[in-house]
Amino acid sequence: MSIMEIVVITLIKIVAILSVFLLSVAYSVYFERKIASWAQNRVGPNRVGWNGLLQPFADVFKLLLKEDIVPEASNKPLHTLAPFIALLVAFSTYAVIPFGPEVELFGYKINLVVADVNIGILYVLAFTSIAVYGITFAGWSSGSKYSLLGGIRSSAQMISYEVSMGFSVGGVILLAESLSPVKIVEAQHGWMWNAIIQPIGFITFLVSSFAETNRLPFDLPEAEPELVGGYHTEYSSMKFAGFFLAEYANMIISSALITTLYLGGWQNPLVDIFHIQGGWAVAMQVGAFMIKIALLLFFFIWVRWSLPRFRYDQLMNLGWKVMFPLALLNIIWVAVLIMVFKI
Amino acid sequence: MNAELILFIVFALLALFASVMMVTRKNPVLSAVFLILNFFALAGLYLLLNAQFIAVVQIIVYAGAIMVLFLFVLMLLNQRSEEKILNGKKNLKIFAIIVSALVVFQLAYIIFYSKPSAGLAPELQKSVQAGTVEQIGHQLYTNYVLPFEAAGFLLLAATVGALILAKKKFE
Amino acid sequence: MLMLTEFGKVFIFILLGAIFVTIAIIAAKLVSPNRPTHEKLLTYECGENPVGSPWVKFNIRFYVVALIFLIFDVEVVLLFPWALVYKGFGIFGFLTGIIFLVILGLGMAYEWRKGDLEWARPHPIPPELDKVLSKKE
Repeated sequence: MSIMEIVVITLIKIVAILSVFLLSVAYSVYFERKIASWAQNRVGPNRVGWNGLLQPFADVFKLLLKEDIVPEASNKPLHTLAPFIALLVAFSTYAVIPFGPEVELFGYKINLVVADVNIGILYVLAFTSIAVYGITFAGWSSGSKYSLLGGIRSSAQMISYEVSMGFSVGGVILLAESLSPVKIVEAQHGWMWNAIIQPIGFITFLVSSFAETNRLPFDLPEAEPELVGGYHTEYSSMKFAGFFLAEYANMIISSALITTLYLGGWQNPLVDIFHIQGGWAVAMQVGAFMIKIALLLFFFIWVRWSLPRFRYDQLMNLGWKVMFPLALLNIIWVAVLIMVFKI
Repeated sequence: MNAELILFIVFALLALFASVMMVTRKNPVLSAVFLILNFFALAGLYLLLNAQFIAVVQIIVYAGAIMVLFLFVLMLLNQRSEEKILNGKKNLKIFAIIVSALVVFQLAYIIFYSKPSAGLAPELQKSVQAGTVEQIGHQLYTNYVLPFEAAGFLLLAATVGALILAKKKFE
Repeated sequence: MLMLTEFGKVFIFILLGAIFVTIAIIAAKLVSPNRPTHEKLLTYECGENPVGSPWVKFNIRFYVVALIFLIFDVEVVLLFPWALVYKGFGIFGFLTGIIFLVILGLGMAYEWRKGDLEWARPHPIPPELDKVLSKKE
């Protein structure tokens, strides 16, 4: 393949992924509202389009046309930078997540991943650690007491759970012997899913992702009764939409990550059982990846509308005294497993 | 002009710009923002050298952990009083100028008076491959087991020491 | 000869993402109205005029948490190369890792024992009826 072909294929992949990703972000907002309304026995959005299906676009255009209010007390450059960081970080992580196996299309061998980076998992962790800044800067630059307290709370929460997240990932690396997400998925062939081999790590990673995305029951930073809007109290218009979309984008990223690391990524056991080959196999594998993500997204939303919020001391205790030791235990468990069974 | 050189120039200029902006900002939080940008540019430079592990550590540890700590301290401090302290001290400025002049002199000496090497030596060529995480893992097991564990003890000491100091200072 | 490494693809991805986000923010700036008034630009504080500096002092515990995080983050990063080549080194690798994890656990135990992981808990004092009544009198 010449360089031009590689560049063109890469660009096509990036544009396709970004547009699918944006659409799914918009529609996860819609589904959140629909599921919330089912949970609370309401109707939910049903006016814009058939059953409210165009609601996400109406929301975005409304926010686009609103006045952008930047308070006098705020630090203006940082106030703009904060949603920029939040959104960019939310988008960038997706570059290394594989959504299917290698396929042959029009005579080209195409990997169904934007970039098969050999340190992909570290790349994801690096961007997760940067995500704190979007919220910290938003809290500090707004010049509002609520924002500051919300921002600080949120950053302390995110960094606390980042440690257990890192240790859980350690268990996955032990088994896969690779930092590349593509190889990690390949190592989970058949039913060798990490969620089955190391359930403790799966749970710690899942809980940490909830905390990292600031979703209920960990949504202390925007606890409405005490902090108004938390770090985005002083945000309006597109900048607010930035934070709003970043939250849902992060949810999708987390679901994709959990799928890749623990639920076998695009691996579909049915393909092996029925010996399916060729295009159908690929379609089923990509479909399996989508379904896994959709189920996890549903789980995120379901939890939000079922559980009450933690108190802040409970949240910190859970992070440091439960999740962190459990993640350590998980690493030892996997190390012993490898020693004993030589898997 | 190959792509590597272009990227090197881009990252180097970015690093330079970020550090100059960092030093000249009045607001310490803005300085911190530019320091983070600087770390990113450095990580890019490390990647160009094929030092992948260091590049990632640069972002995870420096940009993601140390700067969070810095920012917390900056937000805890009252920045108005900070500015007052600096305004009253002219000697401090002169001292800073002298120190930076010395550093520039030293760097210039190293750059212009050291012998330029003609191409990479074979050992150096090998070390180009040494930056991957696998290589570092192998080294940790074979040659540097003791330093690896010693680093663990060092971090333990850091934990104890930092907490004692933090408590003394603020309570 | 131009080469596009995998890192290059990631770089393009980030660049395109950045362009997209910038366009979104600039587009909003172009189409949205901008009629600021003094009242509109005041910081939100429940409808009142804001009191005092917005940059209030917060609890020192947040700083201690960041400190603990920094140390454990370094340990996580040191553990990754170990985990990556673990399978090739048998019982020797196992012992190396376990010793490192035990040292790490010691630090954790120290913090736990010293109470640095404790967060301030609310101590609600339920109002007693007779006291409230006697105060009012």
